[in-house]
Amino acid sequence: MPNLKDLKNRIASVKSTRKITKAMQMVAAAKLRRAQDAAEQARPYTERFNAVMGKLAASVGDAANAPRLLAGTGEDKVHLLVVMTAERGLCGGFNANIAKLAKLHAAELLAKGKTVKILTVGKKGRDAMRRDYGQYSVGHIDMSEVKRLGYADAQGIAAEVLKRFDSGEFDVAKIFFSRFENVVSQIPTMQQVIPFDMSEVGEVDTDSFYDYEPDEQAILADLLPRGVATAIFAALLENGASEQGARMSAMDNATRNAGEMIDKLTIEYNRSRQAVITNELIEIISGAEAL
Amino acid sequence: MAETVQFDLVSPERLLASVAAHEVSIPGAEGDLTAMADHAPLITTLRPGILRVSGPSGEKEYVVTGGFAEISGKSVSVLAEHAVAREDMTRETFKAMVDAATDKLAHAQEKFVNEPGPVDEMAKLLADMVAVGDHIGLSAN
Repeated sequence: MPNLKDLKNRIASVKSTRKITKAMQMVAAAKLRRAQDAAEQARPYTERFNAVMGKLAASVGDAANAPRLLAGTGEDKVHLLVVMTAERGLCGGFNANIAKLAKLHAAELLAKGKTVKILTVGKKGRDAMRRDYGQYSVGHIDMSEVKRLGYADAQGIAAEVLKRFDSGEFDVAKIFFSRFENVVSQIPTMQQVIPFDMSEVGEVDTDSFYDYEPDEQAILADLLPRGVATAIFAALLENGASEQGARMSAMDNATRNAGEMIDKLTIEYNRSRQAVITNELIEIISGAEAL
Repeated sequence: MAETVQFDLVSPERLLASVAAHEVSIPGAEGDLTAMADHAPLITTLRPGILRVSGPSGEKEYVVTGGFAEISGKSVSVLAEHAVAREDMTRETFKAMVDAATDKLAHAQEKFVNEPGPVDEMAKLLADMVAVGDHIGLSAN
């Protein structure tokens, strides 16, 4: 039987753990609201952007001279996987789920004989990918300095990706992130960003004929790199909300578990204390009887 | 002038304005233009400049850089990379924007030594920025 002092210490330690997880849960809840707001606010831009993009892409059609960001390089050999995760852990399966999806996809591509390159955003993803696919890593973008996610951050990542595309390092780029469904469910998602995926756009109304200024080609050339940044920005925001949501529910669970543990330990403590008292009484009584 | 168009100004981070407007002046890449109701459908890219909206609720100005505008008979949507209401435009924000443009120019000059195209574009971007500053009475220095 563990002695009383040890039990008391354990109870105290679990209690302070509970305080920490409780505090983390509340912080995550507050951050979640902000992250959700940010994601909400960014939605109109993405929607409109895709709508215009769809119109443009439809009007350029599959012309042979369509920009490479839209039509692709004509090959499908080298895939760049951009794995976006959080900088911090303690958020349940959030980072692991994204990494798992990315690994699964990487294994699939490798089995098909394609070349895989991995660019990680966020420390946790880098650590997770390094274990099995370290040799494919081509870079890492550190987000730990970023306090409040802005479009400029997404532009930075997009610039990095585009630079590699322009120098012919890969044919297809995909981003991995977590789509925020609600607090208890975040769905790891893969989205193709290069070449531009038309299926994201949905139904295009081709009834109205637009004038373009300058011409379609020039606008597309201007828009496509922005499209990459926009997709990445949307993914980062979804990721931000997902991370906080995952952390909130993970910490909620941890708090509850700590509570249960405290209850159990307290019962054990009281029982041992009772046993000690009983023991002492028996000793006194039997001592008195012996006289 | 009773007819209005639905005007939306969105930046990647948020929706800045969504109001009814009589006319919207847009700094297009190939020249300024004003969109009113029943304008022919048009998509244009933007240069740094001042976006002016006048509607039933008064007139409002925004400083925008980059992006594009989609105009149809009933609506005008401006998707700007950067958009700040003119009254919120401080010297610091303006300076940051000009500095970013200057950086880009320097970068382009370095990268495209023998290609004037991109360098000229960046120089124009910077000149546009400075012109915006003159217009609203701010200077980067």
